Amino acid sequence: MLIKQLSVFVENTEGSLECVARALCKNNINIASFSLADSSEYGVLRMIVSDPEQGRKILKEEGFSAMLTEVIAVKIAQKPGTIHEVLKILFEAGLSVEYMYTLSTTGRNTSVIMKLSDLETALVTLGKNGYEVCTDREAYEINNFVDK
Amino acid sequence: MIWNETKECMSRDEIYNLQSARLKKMVKRVYHNVEFYRKKMQALGLEPGDINGLEDLHKLPFTTKQDLRDNYPFGLFAVPQSEIVRVHASSGTTGKATVVGYTRRDIEIWQECVARVLSMAGIGPLDKIQVAYGYGLFTGGLGIHYGAENLGATVIPMSTGNTQKLVTLMQDFGVTAIACTPSYLLHIAETLEEAGQIGNTKLKVAVCGAEPWTENMRKQIEAKLHVKAFDIYGLSEIMGPGVAADCEFHKGLHVYEDHFIPEIIHPDTLKPCKEGEVGELVFTPVTKEALPLFRYRTRDLTSITYDKCECGRTLARISRFKGRSDDMLIIRGVNVFPSQVEAALLEMGETSPHYLMIVDRVNNLDVLEVQVEVEERFFSDEIRQLESLTKKISHVLHTALGISVKVKLVAPRTIERSQGKAKRVIDRRIIE
Repeated sequence: MLIKQLSVFVENTEGSLECVARALCKNNINIASFSLADSSEYGVLRMIVSDPEQGRKILKEEGFSAMLTEVIAVKIAQKPGTIHEVLKILFEAGLSVEYMYTLSTTGRNTSVIMKLSDLETALVTLGKNGYEVCTDREAYEINNFVDK
Repeated sequence: MIWNETKECMSRDEIYNLQSARLKKMVKRVYHNVEFYRKKMQALGLEPGDINGLEDLHKLPFTTKQDLRDNYPFGLFAVPQSEIVRVHASSGTTGKATVVGYTRRDIEIWQECVARVLSMAGIGPLDKIQVAYGYGLFTGGLGIHYGAENLGATVIPMSTGNTQKLVTLMQDFGVTAIACTPSYLLHIAETLEEAGQIGNTKLKVAVCGAEPWTENMRKQIEAKLHVKAFDIYGLSEIMGPGVAADCEFHKGLHVYEDHFIPEIIHPDTLKPCKEGEVGELVFTPVTKEALPLFRYRTRDLTSITYDKCECGRTLARISRFKGRSDDMLIIRGVNVFPSQVEAALLEMGETSPHYLMIVDRVNNLDVLEVQVEVEERFFSDEIRQLESLTKKISHVLHTALGISVKVKLVAPRTIERSQGKAKRVIDRRIIE
């Protein structure tokens, strides 16, 4: 299943990341995981949050350029060689990785966010090879231990 | 040396009479040959006989750059095409250039004016001059070139672009004079400095123009290169470089009033300014055959004085420029309007994103940075896409403006919105 990542454009200026985090915090949105891609002048903050739709709305209201991007969250075991195996399977299926980052490292929930050239094919390929992916609710709440 | 003492040192009465006589003849010629002006005069109830001298100049209508664009390309020419021996053009805001034309006589007068300028700067037949303005549609290169030939100097037509070669030839040929933009000359000075050759040239004079510069920059040039630096002014609509220039006393630029009648007006009320008061410079090129314009509004802000100069010339002098009454920028000698940036960005979508132009001088060269707000429709979560967007915008702007542009993506709503008119330009070159 595809999950929605919240992506936001941030300038390389003082306090811009803090602004994003503050806006989400004020609205009680949890950031489960994030990765920051940067160039010399700007960056793109990619996040898995507890409520992506709401998150996007809030950031837009705050004046940010924000969008939702579809990604997948692959569950993997915490042992040597698993990342390699996943990448090998995807590579052999002719897929390329746009970017990837860790979603969660807690026990059985260990999972990796991946953006691939063809997400549907990726899902089928991973399924055939016995890999599970997170559902959207699962991913959004994966590291959210509040009120539980 | 005074190249043409008869014309440059006339009494003010003689200047008045000469201008009056030439203006009268010009108005007749224009009325009969240029439909645009005939209609304008008729609308004002004016006939050629109503203009009997300089005192009637104010009755004539103004001309703007827009009038030239509206009559693109040759609509304002006052002579048949067979008499046009050359055209020049400057970049326009909406893709259309401003086209100007010259008869053989116009070119001769241009050569005369440039010879006066160079002579005033102390250049003569014994000098070797590198002309390092762009050769081509731009009036800078060819304008100075023929004037320097007329003077009898040895002309080295460098054009722009290859500083290394310029520096090599400067030393090999024993070049004594150079004509280029002031910022380019500072760049040349740095190139010489880096090569440890700054003292090893015979350069003694520099005639700089085509972009605004300051007294400080002049002093910097003189100190670095051990030369005397002079200011030359002109605009293609009136002729090109050589409309006015300064002498060794640097107390304003002498206007060649026998060919160009200057006026200073309030840009808002269009009423004349008092002597010494800052306003918009207006020219009527009374001897121009191909493109005689009535009261052309230059948009350059300056003041004028009619006092005799210490150098002996009686010609009116305009002060260093104080800015412009429109939003035109001159970047590396190229005319740039914010509206061009707007139009180019508009091509990329249905509405133009918010942008800000920042002009700066880095290593003595003008640089233009355009900041563009990344609206949602441009945004991507992949850096690669954003980088290709930057390249695309740079390319579109380069094509539209004719100069390279550094594009910087910024977050939405970070560019300041002021009430009403948006602030589109920050010019960091304005020093002093």
